[in-house]
Amino acid sequence: MKRSFIAKNPSVLIFLAILALFTLLITVMSEGFGVGGISTSFIKTLGKTLCLCLIALAMDVIWGYTGILSLGHFAFFGLGGYMIGMWLMYERTRLIVVDSLAQAEIPPTDGEVIDAIGNQIFGVVGSSDFPLIWAFADSLMIQLMLVVLVPGLLALVFGWLAFRSRVTGVYLSILTQAMTLALALYLFQNDSGLRGNNGLSGLQNLPGVTASQDHVSLWFFWASAAALGGGYVLCAWLVSGKFGSVLRAIRDNEARVRFLGYSVEMYKLVIFTLTACIAAIAGALYYPQAGIINPAEIAPIASIYLAVWVAIGGRGRLYGAVIGAAFVSLLSTWFTGGQAPDINLGFYTIKWVDWWLVLLGLSFVLVTLFAPKGIGGLIDIFTDRRAAKEAKQ
Amino acid sequence: MRQYLLAGLAVLAACLISPDRSSAQDAAIQPILQDHQALIVKSSRKTIAPVIEAVASSGLPQAQTVLEVWAAKNMWQRKEDGLFFIGERIDSKTYALIDFDSGEAVGEFVKKDLKQIKPNSGIRALIGTALVQFQLSDPNTEARRAALLSIERDPEASLLAPLRASIEGEPNAELKAQKQRLERLLTIGYDTNEAARLTAISDMSGDLGVDVRATLNPLLTTTREVALGAVPNGVNVAQVLQPGQDDFDVITAYNLLVDKGLAPALHTADDVRLALGEHIDGGSVGGVPVAQLNTEPARLKAYAALAEAGAVPAYVGDNAINTPLETHVFFEAYVEPSQVVTDAAAQALKDIELKVGLNQTLDLTLDALSLASIYFLAAIGLAITFGVMGVINMAHGEFIMMGAYTGYVVQQLIPDHTVSIIVAIPTAFAVTFAAGVAMERLVIRWLQARPLETLLATFGISIALQQLAKNIFGTQARPLTAPGWLDGAWAMNDVVSISYIRIAIFILALIFLGVFLYIMKRTRLGLETRAVTQNPRMAASMGINPDKVNMLTFGLGSGIAGIAGVAIGLFAKVTSELGSDYIVQSFMTVVVGGVGNIWGTLAGAAMIGFLQKGIEWMNPSNTLAAQTYMIIFIIIFIQFRPRGIIALKGRAAGD
Amino acid sequence: MTFLKSTLAGSLVFASLAGAAMADEDTIKVGVLHSLSGTMAISETTLKDTMLMLIDQQNAKGGLLGKQLEAVVVDPASDWPLFAEKARELLTVHEVDVIFGNWTSVSRKSVLPVIEELNGLLFYPVQYEGEESSKNVFYTGAAPNQQAIPATDYFLDELGVEKFALLGTDYVYPRTTNNILESYLKGKGIADDDIFVNYTPFGHSDWSKIVADVVALGADGKKVGVISTINGDANIGFYKELAAAGISADDIPVVAFSVGEEELAGLDTSNLVGHLAAWNYFQSADADVNAEFVETWKATMGDARVTNDPMEAHFIGFNMWLNAATEVGSTEVDAVRAKMYGQEFPNLTGGTAVMLPNHHLAKPVLIGEIQEDGQFDIISQTTEVPGDAWTDFLPESAVLMSDWKDLDCGMYNTETKTCVQTLSNY
Repeated sequence: MKRSFIAKNPSVLIFLAILALFTLLITVMSEGFGVGGISTSFIKTLGKTLCLCLIALAMDVIWGYTGILSLGHFAFFGLGGYMIGMWLMYERTRLIVVDSLAQAEIPPTDGEVIDAIGNQIFGVVGSSDFPLIWAFADSLMIQLMLVVLVPGLLALVFGWLAFRSRVTGVYLSILTQAMTLALALYLFQNDSGLRGNNGLSGLQNLPGVTASQDHVSLWFFWASAAALGGGYVLCAWLVSGKFGSVLRAIRDNEARVRFLGYSVEMYKLVIFTLTACIAAIAGALYYPQAGIINPAEIAPIASIYLAVWVAIGGRGRLYGAVIGAAFVSLLSTWFTGGQAPDINLGFYTIKWVDWWLVLLGLSFVLVTLFAPKGIGGLIDIFTDRRAAKEAKQ
Repeated sequence: MRQYLLAGLAVLAACLISPDRSSAQDAAIQPILQDHQALIVKSSRKTIAPVIEAVASSGLPQAQTVLEVWAAKNMWQRKEDGLFFIGERIDSKTYALIDFDSGEAVGEFVKKDLKQIKPNSGIRALIGTALVQFQLSDPNTEARRAALLSIERDPEASLLAPLRASIEGEPNAELKAQKQRLERLLTIGYDTNEAARLTAISDMSGDLGVDVRATLNPLLTTTREVALGAVPNGVNVAQVLQPGQDDFDVITAYNLLVDKGLAPALHTADDVRLALGEHIDGGSVGGVPVAQLNTEPARLKAYAALAEAGAVPAYVGDNAINTPLETHVFFEAYVEPSQVVTDAAAQALKDIELKVGLNQTLDLTLDALSLASIYFLAAIGLAITFGVMGVINMAHGEFIMMGAYTGYVVQQLIPDHTVSIIVAIPTAFAVTFAAGVAMERLVIRWLQARPLETLLATFGISIALQQLAKNIFGTQARPLTAPGWLDGAWAMNDVVSISYIRIAIFILALIFLGVFLYIMKRTRLGLETRAVTQNPRMAASMGINPDKVNMLTFGLGSGIAGIAGVAIGLFAKVTSELGSDYIVQSFMTVVVGGVGNIWGTLAGAAMIGFLQKGIEWMNPSNTLAAQTYMIIFIIIFIQFRPRGIIALKGRAAGD
Repeated sequence: MTFLKSTLAGSLVFASLAGAAMADEDTIKVGVLHSLSGTMAISETTLKDTMLMLIDQQNAKGGLLGKQLEAVVVDPASDWPLFAEKARELLTVHEVDVIFGNWTSVSRKSVLPVIEELNGLLFYPVQYEGEESSKNVFYTGAAPNQQAIPATDYFLDELGVEKFALLGTDYVYPRTTNNILESYLKGKGIADDDIFVNYTPFGHSDWSKIVADVVALGADGKKVGVISTINGDANIGFYKELAAAGISADDIPVVAFSVGEEELAGLDTSNLVGHLAAWNYFQSADADVNAEFVETWKATMGDARVTNDPMEAHFIGFNMWLNAATEVGSTEVDAVRAKMYGQEFPNLTGGTAVMLPNHHLAKPVLIGEIQEDGQFDIISQTTEVPGDAWTDFLPESAVLMSDWKDLDCGMYNTETKTCVQTLSNY
């Protein structure tokens, strides 16, 4: 009997309900629309966390469900950010330039306007010409499409090359890491045309929008929540049908799936590209909240952290990824923010700023050793017990 | 300023001969210094020449002492009366002053009442040149060496004669050879006899020294000239230029005319805009409404109208370029007037350049070898753990770091650098071996069937270790100094050279290769390891304890990483991020080479080293790009040889 | 050893923080926005310690406006977006009156929009590439004309260098500085072929080829000089290779803009004697205020610690802010800013620093030769040079000027007599 999607995925409704409730609560408490109990900077942190949860979902689908440990999804995340960042930066600068040139005695030519924009954007990094990759930066629509297209295409080409030559397991992980490193190093170059180490900045100021950040932060928070909700439904749908079964089968024994006649490479390629696109959308929502994107964001370590979030949250279950990403990244913020009280042992003071990373590192080890199911495993214990009780009755 | 110096030296030469100046021997040098007090204190190369000249040409025996003391930053001024003395440090606050003329101590003074005269490197070079006269035949070998160094740094025409005179009496063979060589070089540059110069050029052709090229190249300095009609006579022409050919484009040619005042400057868009801005008249310029001036043609139209009205000079644009270019001839002329000399120099340089090119390739090869050996050293431990056990050890880089820090700690305890390195290498091995064994026992053993999880767990250890190193040693880089005998570089000639420390690392890498091969092929442990690698279950049933073998191989791999850390710390830096700088490259070395095969790792390291240097050579101004392209190349390479350069065959290669 | 010291220092800091927090709710809060972890902690932790020391000193003197100062230290962890987040947190959650912070240019660009939006006040203590002027930032470090240009002049005039190798790490400060220098050198008649430029990644360690390239530059008989904007750790490998190649400072002098006493602590400098650095301050500066400052620093942090140029910048910036706030009688940003212009304070090298209307300081330029003990021997010291936000040596910037006092504009086009923008360019 064919069961409905929702029936197969009870967690979807619960998740959506919690997400909606959470969004509403934050909105009510915010400075922009509510009583002001939550600061704008914290709203931004929460909004960014939601984006991280979204990319963690993508990671869970590719790793937890398909068994491909990609250490390159943050590259797609970053590229998404760069694509939207180009428009934000270009348009904001254009408005400023047009405004200032309007004061001149002689009206500017189109060439002069472009030159002045180029000068403003690239003057900082010692150049003044627009590189070719900025060709579409003046169009929001095209840049929005590029948010998905550019990382998607990169994933498609990379995935096709890698899967075609049957690179699997740890080799693939290292290869994806190499791809991330190459992209990061490329973007680090000043000549890359994306402002090198400086990256694109001032992204939080939406061009032509005069509303305060108290409001803007909430808009992005809502957008991030909506994207996360949509992403969750999409991922749940992907992994619950026949497609999902094949993915899980690939994870468990790739050779057998191939012998059964499935085109393993095609399945892998589709899921790799799809999750890359989800990561890119998450990135495009993340960086306008962060305010700046630069190559350091894409460094290989970021992608490894991503894997760690998913591992801690619990692989192979979507809510696990969300919990892991939210839990670890918020905890990191708290500990490194200096809010956590230091512990004075008399002879030595434990400063969390110094010891948090040691703790985090060791906790991965413990999680992988003793709790391979992660935090999500705790929920299992709870639901299993209930299921057992129901079975008894 | 150079002329000043020349004049000074001429005077000096004169007074060395003239007997009537000998009465001045009794005179004091302090008054001369006092005459130039302000300039000495100001201490600028631009104004100091007359002072040096005055001292050097004073004919006083103290002159040499003054100049030497001055150059060594040991000249002090007493603030109360402005007199200059030799200062000798008693302690950080007190200095003893010695009079230049009497050579007697004047007394001890508090530093506050004194001012140290600190000549900068430029002034010291001038003093050095002035000292050459005194030092060329000095009985002290070091003084003569210093003199030659000064000539080498600032060759001058006036030094040629005294240098020639001093060659005959030079007792030291090495210095004599150096003097002869310098004499040849100075002859090329400054001799007035054309034939002598040609002989010298042919003597030196084929020599790889930078100084030879540095002498020949200035002879070939050219300037771009322009003339009406034809090239004037008496000019040593290097090349006649055709506008629009090679890198001499039309605009460059026209600008040359502008520079020489032979043509009016081109109008830029900015010029036009500014001119228009100045002539706005009731909302329009030259009949064109201001609002319409937002295109180039409209602006030019308005400008033309203004020009017609005589308000602005006529527009000079692209169309005005060609006419003057046709009537002029452009050429490059040698500064050196003698064509015979320039021809000989050009020929000699051409011969040298070919040799230089070959030697540069050799140098690049050495660099690549060195880089390859560093990558090999960093990766060999990983090759063992990854290749033999199939374990991805992300903390491998941190083991390298631990080794480097061990070296640092040992060096803190044992100040002698040679002994400390000898102690540090086994200590680093022991420390990282223990760490590796502990990690294998506590973590990796439990994750044997789950390689991806091993990756994550070891990554966790990696960040914990890195932060721990930060907490213990601080974030600042720590010094790890090589022993004195590893300082410097082995120089085959002026082009090919490689530092001893890199040679040492290369040898270390070779030793490791040997040790590894020995262990694998000739020892019990090696045999057992190979057995476990090929088939763990079969090996176990043959009485081999795979647990023990795994533990030992992991320890060995980690231990080697520790030693690599000491080596890397010696030539680069010791920071907590040292390991993470090498981890990705190490992985790529192993993967590119082929897992489970030491020769593969060697091939991988060699390929990456040579590739990176090759790309650097093609694009010397951007090393970052070289790294990027190398990684992209590796990604593509792996597509075609997924199992690396040297792939294992059969079951051992299993997933 | 260091472990113990930092622990000790850490507990002191903790104690002082706790003490301040408990003392009085009514304190004046000073934000300290320096990375305490990640790649930049190496440099920035020192500045955090400097700020805590200065604040402690001031509190011992009775604080400001009758209130105690309270340091609010946050850790942006060398993560550039985090700088923006932490700056917002400092201004809105902790409601600090002033922020002292940042090191890298990218972190400053990250913070700028936030500081400008919330009208905060930031003191930025590090030498930088210029080409920026924000109403809300006081740049107490050197602009290019206070470090790079004088050092280049020194090369040209004093050392007679005719051929330049501009080596830098590939990021905005070296890129822009080298751009300015290239244009400046061409203006001085140095040909294109006589300028060699190379960019390396952060933390680069394989320098043999680049050093060989530099040596080969001497082949045409011109004196070669290296202008280094190499950042941080990479310098260690660079100088080691330089020493190994036996390059004497008399043959090929190297002047560095990012190497100070802190960086040299990780090196054996005996082979580097004579190479140069250009800064506005060296620990070896001969002045009584400096002796006192160094002594206090060593007493607080341990004998092995050294002082450097950005520390002096914070010292000047902090004291100027104190004086301006005292004159106003409050810490209100706009009022304090108005009083900052023309504010004078003795710098540590024996002169007087003046805050200019373009938010830069007038400071002397010092050139020092590296000595065996890792300190610098100051061989040249200019009179105070006024900092210039927009360089005169790039055509696009030459027409711009910054004057927040009378024109109220940081990007004023003197050619068209208009204000290009009142926010900064980020």
